Amino acid sequence: MASEVMMSMEDIRAAGSRLDIDFSEVDLDSIRLPPGDDFGIISDDEDLKEEEELEFEVGFGNIIVVDNLPVVPKEKFDKLEGVIRKIYSQIGVIKDDGLWMPVDLDTGKTLGYCFIEYNTPQEAELAKEKTNGYKLDRSHIFAVNMFDDIEKFMKVPDEWAPPETKPYTPGENLQHWLTDEKARDQFVIRAGSDTEVLWNDARQLKPDPVYKRSFWTDSFVQWSPLGTYLATLHRQGAAVWGGATTFNRLMRYAHPQVKLIDFSPGERFLVTYSSHEPSNPRDTHRVVLNIFDVRSGKLMRDFKGSADEFAIGGTGGVSGVSWPVFRWDGGKDDQYFARIGKNVVSVYETETFTLIDKKSMKVENVMDFSWSPTDPILALFVPELGGGNQPARVSLVQIPSKEELRQKNLFSVSDCKMYWQSNGEYLAVKVDRYTKTKKSTYTGFELFRIKERDIPIEVLELENKNDKIIAFAWEPKGHRFAVIHGDNPRPDVSFYSMRTAHNTGRVSKLTTIKGKQANALFWSPAGRFIVLAGLKGLNGQLEFYNVDDLETMATAEHFMATDIEWDPTGRYVATSVTSVHEMENGFNIWSFNGKLLYRILKDHFFQYSWRPRPPSLLSPEKEEEISKNLKKYSKKYEAEDQDVSLQLSEQEREKRKILKEEWERWISEWKRLQEEEKLERQKLRDGEASDEEEEYEAKEVEVEELLDVSKEIISFD
Amino acid sequence: MRPILMKGHERPLTFLKYNRDGDLLFSCAKDHTPTVWFADNGERLGTYRGHNGAVWCCDVSRDSSLLITGSADQTAKLWDVKKGTQLYTFNFDSPTRSVDFGVGDKLAVITTDPFMGLPSAIQVKRIARDPIDQAGESVLVLKGPQGRINRAVWGPLNKTIISAGEDKVVRIWDSETGKLIKESDKETGHQKPITSLSKSIDGTHFITGSLDKSAKLWDTRTLTLLKTYMTERPVNAVTMSPLLDHVVLGGGQDASAVTTTDHRAGKFEAKFYDKILQEEIGGVKGHFGPINALAFNPDGRSFASGGEDGYVRLHHFDPDYFNIKI
Repeated sequence: MASEVMMSMEDIRAAGSRLDIDFSEVDLDSIRLPPGDDFGIISDDEDLKEEEELEFEVGFGNIIVVDNLPVVPKEKFDKLEGVIRKIYSQIGVIKDDGLWMPVDLDTGKTLGYCFIEYNTPQEAELAKEKTNGYKLDRSHIFAVNMFDDIEKFMKVPDEWAPPETKPYTPGENLQHWLTDEKARDQFVIRAGSDTEVLWNDARQLKPDPVYKRSFWTDSFVQWSPLGTYLATLHRQGAAVWGGATTFNRLMRYAHPQVKLIDFSPGERFLVTYSSHEPSNPRDTHRVVLNIFDVRSGKLMRDFKGSADEFAIGGTGGVSGVSWPVFRWDGGKDDQYFARIGKNVVSVYETETFTLIDKKSMKVENVMDFSWSPTDPILALFVPELGGGNQPARVSLVQIPSKEELRQKNLFSVSDCKMYWQSNGEYLAVKVDRYTKTKKSTYTGFELFRIKERDIPIEVLELENKNDKIIAFAWEPKGHRFAVIHGDNPRPDVSFYSMRTAHNTGRVSKLTTIKGKQANALFWSPAGRFIVLAGLKGLNGQLEFYNVDDLETMATAEHFMATDIEWDPTGRYVATSVTSVHEMENGFNIWSFNGKLLYRILKDHFFQYSWRPRPPSLLSPEKEEEISKNLKKYSKKYEAEDQDVSLQLSEQEREKRKILKEEWERWISEWKRLQEEEKLERQKLRDGEASDEEEEYEAKEVEVEELLDVSKEIISFD
Repeated sequence: MRPILMKGHERPLTFLKYNRDGDLLFSCAKDHTPTVWFADNGERLGTYRGHNGAVWCCDVSRDSSLLITGSADQTAKLWDVKKGTQLYTFNFDSPTRSVDFGVGDKLAVITTDPFMGLPSAIQVKRIARDPIDQAGESVLVLKGPQGRINRAVWGPLNKTIISAGEDKVVRIWDSETGKLIKESDKETGHQKPITSLSKSIDGTHFITGSLDKSAKLWDTRTLTLLKTYMTERPVNAVTMSPLLDHVVLGGGQDASAVTTTDHRAGKFEAKFYDKILQEEIGGVKGHFGPINALAFNPDGRSFASGGEDGYVRLHHFDPDYFNIKI
């Protein structure tokens, strides 16, 4: 502890006078400690570290105050103490004499509260979290607080004072980027220590800078789901940035050592996550999750616990926390969020940030869950139990009623994965089943039609049942999906539709394209187009495919590409090579039909991310009207495009002309200088006239060479 | 046309040089034997035996009679081109990195590496008409640049010496007084060690290649930066077409960092750029390792590349090449 080590100035003076030292003559700056020995004097930088530990070692962080206990007379004191001890010693080790329940000196009755001192602040914290609100009986609900907090609470004024209303200051238009006249999209890149936001100016075939900053973030940056904010991560917490013309810091969220963040889909809330090394290496990591209100920066709820509690999967054994821990329901209102625990799914609502119905949903052995992207419907997966006696099942649960809408039992299942279509109309469940011998697995799909009456389920099996499924993807907002399947290095890609020609509500196969070097699928956000990509081992093969016409528009390659992202409008595709590779770092921008527009190389390229757009404000009718009369609307833009491309080629011609002229000037200057030096050069060469010979004449010389002579007898038939 | 593969060296190539007539191609490699080839069909004509270390550089006199080679065995040697015999040996205290004959072939500039505490140096030797009169003394010794000087060549009329090397700076020295005349700008110049330097056929401008993945074109007299060619790989070798406005860059990942997954990953291509517009025109693939040496035939109709893979590839251009329009 710092105060024990450091002497006060008085002590030093006293010691000085004892030793006959006049401090006014001492040059303190000249004093140097021998290296490697600090004599217990803490240097300034160590001081910082010391202070952090301070909070744990001193103070009363390990003491809690339990209020709302029953008031009992002397006779019952021991009994009450016993009850309290029983409750609180379950949570941690109470210190000897660590339980103190004061009594009224006059009456001998207890005062209705007690103090409990644990060995460690962690235990105290845990006890507070676990027992605050504990119902001893109907009229005694425990109110548990940290002793250190009591002082803070005491300062709360007795009289309620109305909060100060701050004068209204108009905020910036955070959606300003959407009003770009050229309807361009923005993206953010991180390379080296720089983070940069740029316009994708595809017409000019180059990016147009918006904002650039070094050391903007400590780890990565993330757009909010509707593109309003750009979040950065720092040692002290997270921050969001945005604004009309540039990027200003709009809000900060304190969370030391934050590692991961996640926005709710409607951008109302921000979840931050950090994991801390335990003091005892045998313990698991401590995990802290905070949920903030994005606009006000207010901490709405925090969750603390061991990493095990937040690890996904009911059966346990899965290490690490899978992110996001909290999954938000798909509605725009950010009403619910849920997390999975051992045998439970906890669904919270954001009105009060408490569990719905005050309790978690009990689902024995639940493994995985996912929200519908649009409705408060949860899909749950429970694996097989008891060696197949109890089948695996997928069930759809309505929130907040917790009513089961549909359930499907599945047999000999090894694994399940759920894929929602973006409009929440369909749910595809990929089911890996064991073959009869249990030695291998094969895959099929269960397709749920959520929006239809009684939610009909259809089973889809691939023609070749043994094909491995390499990738699956729904067409955004559409009724089609693509599957990469096969066992060899050149798998097949199949397209299916949830509709048939006669709209009978049957799934039908559209086509299979054979032997593709692809392992990932990227649908355009507008549907219809898809990029079949061979990333990682396949060196960045790209195939741009039109699913309406079932034809390949273009094949290309971005060598070593690691990431692919469509722009939010579906007009452009960005492929990038991030610094997992040493070479080729940078990104390419392609048109939707696979034409390479431009290519930017950046060393140490870490991240490429398009700025998302909020959903279109046009009504579906209007959208349909536009797509029907596309010719009329597109005229204006086509003219603009033409202008720009004319202008570009004009500029290019101009530039080339200037360069050529400049070069000609240099050449003539050189010629002049060479001419001036001609005689001198000739002298250096002992009179040999050389300059003429430097101009070469190519002479055609024919050389015949005998390579081989062989004799062959050809027989006549 | 299909390139001619010339396999004669057992170690990575280091340097290639055509004679003025363009009928002979001299090659240096880390094996100790410089070799001369017929530039037309790639036939091996002979070798020059006598060095005891990697040979880094060579130059041939205007009349193709005299060859000078610089080697890691701390010598530079003069050879009779025709007979293949050693005529003279210059001894140094450190490896010689680059050699270049001046106009008239009566002077040679030789650079020596920093070695055992000795700094790097640029040394000027007089070359005697008759090898019997050859003396070993240096006429001039220039010191100053940090690290290796990868290349030093003569400026116009032998009045200046141009040097470039590991310290990223291109310098012009007065070959008479040994004074430093000009230095390239740190901001606009190369950002990483310069690996190679090659003069235009008339010596009015030169190109430098650097590990900073770029090549730059400079005016020989004023050291004005004329052009910059950006590429995706460290540049080990540069050359210019004497016929068309093309420059060729060769390079690739460092041999130690070459991936084992895909030969394309190293980009061991000779890249052609339009000299004036600074735009990439095309590439010639083929080597299994980085390209260490490039040379254009003085007639501009063929070029040779030498790689870490030990091969020299001789490329005669197709007629299409001469009609490239961009």
